[in-house]
Amino acid sequence: MISFAECSARERLALLLDAGSFHEWIPPAERLTSPHLAQLGVPSAFDDGVAIGRAKLDGHEVFVAAQEGAFMGGGVGEVHGAKLVGLLQRALRDKPEAVVLLAESGGVRLHEANAGLIAVSEVMRAVLDVRAAGIPVVVLIGGANGCFGGMGIVARCADFIVMSDVGRLAMSGPEVIEASHGVEEYDSRDRALVWRTSGGKHRWLTGDCDALVDDDVQAFRAAAIAAIRQSRPVTLETLEAEHALLETRLHLLPLETDGADAATWLWRELGIKKAERVPELDVDAVRALRTA
Amino acid sequence: MNWNQLVTRLFGSYHGMRAAGDFLQGDVMFEGRPLTVVGTTHHAPIGVALALAQARVILDTIAQHPGRPILLLIDTQGQQLRRRDETLGINRAMAHLGMSIDLARRRGHPVIGLVYDQALSGGFITSGLIADGCYALPEAEIRVMRIPAMARVTKLSEEVLTALSQSNPVFAPGVGNYVAMGGVRELWEGDLAAALRDALANTPVEDTRARDGAQRGGRKLAASVVQRVLAAA
Repeated sequence: MISFAECSARERLALLLDAGSFHEWIPPAERLTSPHLAQLGVPSAFDDGVAIGRAKLDGHEVFVAAQEGAFMGGGVGEVHGAKLVGLLQRALRDKPEAVVLLAESGGVRLHEANAGLIAVSEVMRAVLDVRAAGIPVVVLIGGANGCFGGMGIVARCADFIVMSDVGRLAMSGPEVIEASHGVEEYDSRDRALVWRTSGGKHRWLTGDCDALVDDDVQAFRAAAIAAIRQSRPVTLETLEAEHALLETRLHLLPLETDGADAATWLWRELGIKKAERVPELDVDAVRALRTA
Repeated sequence: MNWNQLVTRLFGSYHGMRAAGDFLQGDVMFEGRPLTVVGTTHHAPIGVALALAQARVILDTIAQHPGRPILLLIDTQGQQLRRRDETLGINRAMAHLGMSIDLARRRGHPVIGLVYDQALSGGFITSGLIADGCYALPEAEIRVMRIPAMARVTKLSEEVLTALSQSNPVFAPGVGNYVAMGGVRELWEGDLAAALRDALANTPVEDTRARDGAQRGGRKLAASVVQRVLAAA
């Protein structure tokens, strides 16, 4: 068993995809770096923190991207974002069987914030274009930096999300919320709280991810293979169903939970038995708990 | 400009728009043609409830008024920074709002965004930035973060960042920078109704922002990097 979380982006690609099948576009040898980081005197990366290309997955032609969390937390800058947009536009043109995105990102790269923000919105629109063309977009989340900010929104625009229990999917990071509203609101050093609020088990129990796996590259591979045949068209009916689900959920969690843990409260309201035991259960046991 | 002044200038005194807390909504007549208006005010933080309220209006417009144009009025301090919203999956609610707007576009509703006061990061990505085109008033402010906060994150002095922001629009807050980068199509000055009329008639449905950013010199790489990926062997 090889930990997905501990691998680099390129190690994940090498182990997840069919052996030797990854063909990279604009590889590091082309030294396409961020000019904005250079202007700030900040070290840059020859791939700007994301590897993109085509590959085979269980024999299927897929386009893939992998964000490198070790570089700027996987933050999306101008070049990084444009590589993702280029990959998605190419998918629209060349029609691979699926697009697989190994997301690990804090969201917009603050060093080039304006360009990053626009880039993330371009990625979002491009993902929805690819999805509308009937090409499934599958997002894998299991890196140590999680999937936050604009990339947390992008992930939810995809057809299918695979998470490990150590993966996190959210909007704002706990540190940002703590800095804004205090440690009583969100103690970013309380790891159990952070994972109850944003971790893979929580996202599985609420249906925010579509598959929950162990922190194991081969488990991610198996889940990705199962996912790449599942195109989910976006229609008025699916969005109405989504709206009803989110409205119902909003009313399950009161504004004040009187000191009780909010996530545990929500799990209980969703009909999950022994909700307080969820954090100590293994992935198999949690997988069996989902009620809908 | 407050929202009431804005819609009075756009639609006249009997505009029919109403506010409920931070939420704005209206079915207005614009030059004899019905228009759905939805948005926020008071620099609203966008949490799950406010994202859903906006999505509701968009989905109702798609269901009940095929093809009707939609105007998004943007004034937000960004996403709601609360643990409860995170527990509820605020990113999913934001994606839902963005996908609802995206579906409206695909079904032929012209969707125009207007930043009339303030637009920040998470609150902006699934509104103005996913419209067919986003516009702004000249006095509006758009940013991800202020220069002092940026200085803390990047560990560079405010002086250095302020100086760099004069020459490179990616660093600094400001609506002009977003125009230069292609994120905002243009500023609405003078006759706002004429600007809206023009936007409804001439906003392209495809995403031209990277190309615009390159032509305007504010975002020089994005479009060419996309082309390199498309052409790569």
